[in-house]
Amino acid sequence: MKDQSPEDTHQSAVRAWLRAAVGDAEHRGLPELKPLLEGLARSTLALRTADWNDTVPDAPTVR
Amino acid sequence: MTPLHLLSIVDLARSIAARSVSCRDATEACLERIALDNGRLNAFITILAGRARDEADLADAELSAGRYRGPLHGVPISLKDLIDLSGVPTTAASRLLEGHVATADAPVVARLREAGAIVLGKCNLHEFAFGTTSEDSAYGPVRNPWDATRSAGGSSGGSAAAVAAGMGYASLGTDTGGSIRIPAAACGCVGLKPTSGELPCDGILPLSPTLDHVGPLARTVGDAWLLLHAMAGTSSPPVLRAADRRPPTFMRLGVLRPYFLDVLDDEVRRVFEEGLARLSGAGVVTDDRVIPHAGDIATIYLHLQLPEASAYHAPAIERRPDAYTPAVRLRLELGRYVMAEDYVRAKTGREVLRREVDAALDGCDALVLPTVPIVAPPIGSATLTLGGRPHAVRALMLRLTQLFDVTGHPAVSVPCGHSAANLPIGLQLVGHRGQTRDLLKIAATCETVISERG
Repeated sequence: MKDQSPEDTHQSAVRAWLRAAVGDAEHRGLPELKPLLEGLARSTLALRTADWNDTVPDAPTVR
Repeated sequence: MTPLHLLSIVDLARSIAARSVSCRDATEACLERIALDNGRLNAFITILAGRARDEADLADAELSAGRYRGPLHGVPISLKDLIDLSGVPTTAASRLLEGHVATADAPVVARLREAGAIVLGKCNLHEFAFGTTSEDSAYGPVRNPWDATRSAGGSSGGSAAAVAAGMGYASLGTDTGGSIRIPAAACGCVGLKPTSGELPCDGILPLSPTLDHVGPLARTVGDAWLLLHAMAGTSSPPVLRAADRRPPTFMRLGVLRPYFLDVLDDEVRRVFEEGLARLSGAGVVTDDRVIPHAGDIATIYLHLQLPEASAYHAPAIERRPDAYTPAVRLRLELGRYVMAEDYVRAKTGREVLRREVDAALDGCDALVLPTVPIVAPPIGSATLTLGGRPHAVRALMLRLTQLFDVTGHPAVSVPCGHSAANLPIGLQLVGHRGQTRDLLKIAATCETVISERG
């Protein structure tokens, strides 16, 4: 099985985080947070995949 | 002749020093404007008329006794209502702080009072400074003096509206993503965010501590200069003299175009380009500069700002969530979901952007760009269409200012002109870190050149 690319890894992780966050928000009676969390997820993915992450000293292989 | 309540501090100070205007006269002029206009604009939460009159009389008595403190002697100003003034409520425009009374002056306030300033009142804001329109306030929205159907900008909206409407000669605001410069641009005044860490934020309710700045809103760059010096601890601040200003022919400005001018209202673009043309016509050299990772600014800002704000508010959000306005509460809740690893990544991104702004400034005196991509939005608008695409008002308002809170560079908004509908438009100048005073010398020249009718 092929290794996931760093982008795919981040995408999977952010998707899982979003699922959990939306579930938690609904559980806490805050369903109106969902669109904001979706926007935050897009922003987080952009943050994690920004090319300057490569410049971090001693960064592990996954950006 | 300029009415008393609309004079610059520099001009007022000259009259007070000459005893042709009393401190009480100046205070009464501002209180009269507050009585006339605050009902319409909602700029003040707390008005300290009696206390201001008493302090004005004391200031006049000092003058009679031969004690002149300097150009801020007897000058009435206001404070954004998250800045502490001893014995007066600090509300942060939130029901959460009902009953909270400050027990000491914030250091910047103490210094201004020592320099002679008189506090007229505490100004309305976006609740806890967490917003760009000053609409989400437990005390109702601030309205723009140029068009009361529109936002005054935010979060220091009450401060900007007060200065623009003659309800005080200056005001103190705070700036975490643009909250001094945005309302200054929207209301047609000068707004200065100093270098990060230059002025103490003690005695001021935090929004996001590593991004927060305190600074002045004023009518002129020369007035902002006075306030900056006093807030930094110079008890008798020096007036910015003509000889201090940088001659236009000795100025080089870097124009930030890619990203920064990509999403811009046509009227803002026209007024900004006209301002640049005036500066060039006066001999200022301009060239284009680039921030290579400008596209990452908003995401880096968001991952710093949200968790820092949420960390501060978490205990109160747990105990009294309904005490917040709904929109502010939701954003505070949102910040609680930002992961620690992403906050750390954003801190790395912040260093990248800091280096890029430093590099863009290399060989020039300041960077120049519009302050806000749009004119003051109608109150209640969540999105606006620009270039055929809808954009969130919040993102638009922050788009051109938040970078310099992230990097800590000093930035000032000066009036640049008006839209066809007579709404003010601001021009932003960004200086080298630690050189806020040099930035103001450049801004003073730009202010003069741009305001000259060609």
